[in-house]
Amino acid sequence: MADKQKRLALVASRGTLDWAYPPFILASAAAAMDWEVGVFFTFYGLPLLKKEIDAKVSPLGNPAMPMKMPFGSEGFQNIEWPMPNLLMANIPGFESMATGLMKKMFKNKGVATVEEMREACIDMDVRLIGCQMTMDVFGFSKDDFIEEAEVAGAAAFLAFAAEAEVNMFI
Amino acid sequence: MSDVAKVLDCSGMLCPMPVVKTRKAMKEIEVGEVLEMISTDPGSMPDMQAWAKQTGHELLSATDEGNNVFRFLIKKTH
Repeated sequence: MADKQKRLALVASRGTLDWAYPPFILASAAAAMDWEVGVFFTFYGLPLLKKEIDAKVSPLGNPAMPMKMPFGSEGFQNIEWPMPNLLMANIPGFESMATGLMKKMFKNKGVATVEEMREACIDMDVRLIGCQMTMDVFGFSKDDFIEEAEVAGAAAFLAFAAEAEVNMFI
Repeated sequence: MSDVAKVLDCSGMLCPMPVVKTRKAMKEIEVGEVLEMISTDPGSMPDMQAWAKQTGHELLSATDEGNNVFRFLIKKTH
């Protein structure tokens, strides 16, 4: 070990597929550097602790999301498709299509799945902490989550975060 | 050139998997031994340097072999 073990404290507050990645990427990268890592899953981030992750993504109201096709020639894949809100809001199944396209694109490019990254975090002893209050509000029980998940409140997480060199809210 | 105890091929993987796999592979070799890691992710160049600095393992070399192939030799120090 170079110096004293560093600590990373993350809050994961969002649960769409695109936002599911950053906490697991940062947590696994930090753990790979032998840091101690804890992630507090709160509000819409909490379902990322479910046994099956069913995160989806929607380009609706998300103008920064590139709409590109993960198949065809390179020129075709580089086209950004203009998607008017009116169209996205009215085509049934548009979100599942967009979710499917994003998963395919990530897979083609060599990005691990969210499940694989969560598994890597667990292998490296990242603490995955579910927010008790969110569980009560949204009606989750501990049985809905992977067995490695802990449950705690804001005070417990803050006590952990107070000793962290790096704190982030995602 | 040091003797390589283990070769880890991270071709095709993107961040953060090369560092995650490297950490795991380092656990499987002995102190003083060398891991060779091959990556096709250009981000591995800065990432592996940061990783070595944080973990305290010795990055003996980081080579850009061209055609998006990067080769790292890492000595386990502890």
